[in-house]
Amino acid sequence: MAKVIVVTSGKGGVGKTTTAAAIGTGLAQRGHRTVVVDFDVGLRNLDLIMGVERRVVFDFVNVINDGIRLNQALIKDKRTEGLYILPTSQTRDKEALTREGVERVMEELKQEFDYIVCDSPAGIEKGAQMALWYADEAIVVTNPEVASVRDSDRMLGIVNSKSRRAELGLEPIRAHLLLTRYDLDRVERGDMLRLEDVVEILAIPVLGVIPNDPLVLHCSNLGLPVILEPKSKAGQAYRDAVARLLGEDVPLRFTKPERRGFFDWFMRRSA
Amino acid sequence: MGRAEAEAARPTEAERPPFQVRGSLHTLVTLRLLEPDHPALMPQLLRKIAYAPDFYRDAPVVLDVGPVAARPPIDLAAFCARLREHRLVPVGVQNASPPWLEEARRAGLAVFGEGGHATAPNPRPAAVPVARGAAHTVRQPVRGGQQIVATAGDLVVTASVGHGAEVAAVGHVHVYGALRGRAFAGIEGDESAMIFCDRLHAELLSIAGVYTVAEELDPALSGRRVVVSRRGERLVVEPLD
Repeated sequence: MAKVIVVTSGKGGVGKTTTAAAIGTGLAQRGHRTVVVDFDVGLRNLDLIMGVERRVVFDFVNVINDGIRLNQALIKDKRTEGLYILPTSQTRDKEALTREGVERVMEELKQEFDYIVCDSPAGIEKGAQMALWYADEAIVVTNPEVASVRDSDRMLGIVNSKSRRAELGLEPIRAHLLLTRYDLDRVERGDMLRLEDVVEILAIPVLGVIPNDPLVLHCSNLGLPVILEPKSKAGQAYRDAVARLLGEDVPLRFTKPERRGFFDWFMRRSA
Repeated sequence: MGRAEAEAARPTEAERPPFQVRGSLHTLVTLRLLEPDHPALMPQLLRKIAYAPDFYRDAPVVLDVGPVAARPPIDLAAFCARLREHRLVPVGVQNASPPWLEEARRAGLAVFGEGGHATAPNPRPAAVPVARGAAHTVRQPVRGGQQIVATAGDLVVTASVGHGAEVAAVGHVHVYGALRGRAFAGIEGDESAMIFCDRLHAELLSIAGVYTVAEELDPALSGRRVVVSRRGERLVVEPLD
């Protein structure tokens, strides 16, 4: 049974698209046929981050409104087997999406894929509500700072009330917390909220904690999902998150200060 | 854009009639006019709204002109315009005499029957006897932006109430979790209503119109299990442990 997962946050700039690209790629790496759908109509970024922007011909909006077939719009990822991208339109706006249109495309994607990862726009308005409308699960991307946590809380309220599942009285959307840009030094100094504080406020299970990692930006600029960069700690943390999403029990990493190695100790002593 | 949307809309138009007529029952706020010309009317009304702004925001209001039906009518259109400025939506009049009816028609207001209300002819509403017991139980966290109102009896929340969330009840408000948003007890004037919570981090507490904001709360009570009650014109927050 195909699963629809929305990557959402409320606040902008917290790492939704990076997460959608990484999780989508990770699911495909694990052998699941996966499509990542860009719901951010007008601010197309997903294809850029996944490095397929030069191959976009038709898009999600064309499929909904202009009689273009899904297969004409889907872009096959060249790096990862079983991964597809459904890009969005740069020239239209969120009004181009309708519930009926989204439902029709989602139903069609469900025939072909195991996982449909929806990259939501920021905000809580129509665009974000369209992205979560059809979801079975939600990944709520949050940074360890007060504004982001509050917006995530607000978003969770909408996830619980404005989805297809909520309106039909089905089992509610399963929401997961993904804490990104987690900087242990700043957490230790008290500049950032601790994982425990965020969990206490949002009261949803933790899917993963992604450490702050300069390689994330580097990969974005290259159009490479960070999960494909083996040296990246963020990439490793995303792999763990994918494993948890698939029901595996993987301990959290990068949430406690690393023990200093012998070399550090030696350097310190001789300094 | 139009074209694609119009095409999508056409088949539904053909299948479905453009409207349905249905009866429905609603609870409306009644504003009983005792001294409609009194200069303090608006300021006092605004103060009342300030106690529970979300309860009154865009609320449909019926003007009960019974007490002043014998007097010549006031300019209802102008009066309604002032109410609308403060996001009250006057929809009709009640207990109107013929001259008031005429005035109401001119102001575009509907005419309501007598209605079943229990108000005291006193500008300061006396405490209304309130049904106790949990009329409304919420087991999910109340998230920011959500508003939950128990329109009869108590409200029980067995989870946390987030920042920017609002919980309100005619009777008590119980929160078995952290209270980080706003809580309103006794929203119909029951001064004996109370607010209970496991961890106090509230943005605002209000009982029967008397309120206090986070800044005014004793920092020593932050995060504590407390009961909030009203004594006279102020709120008292006491730890429960």
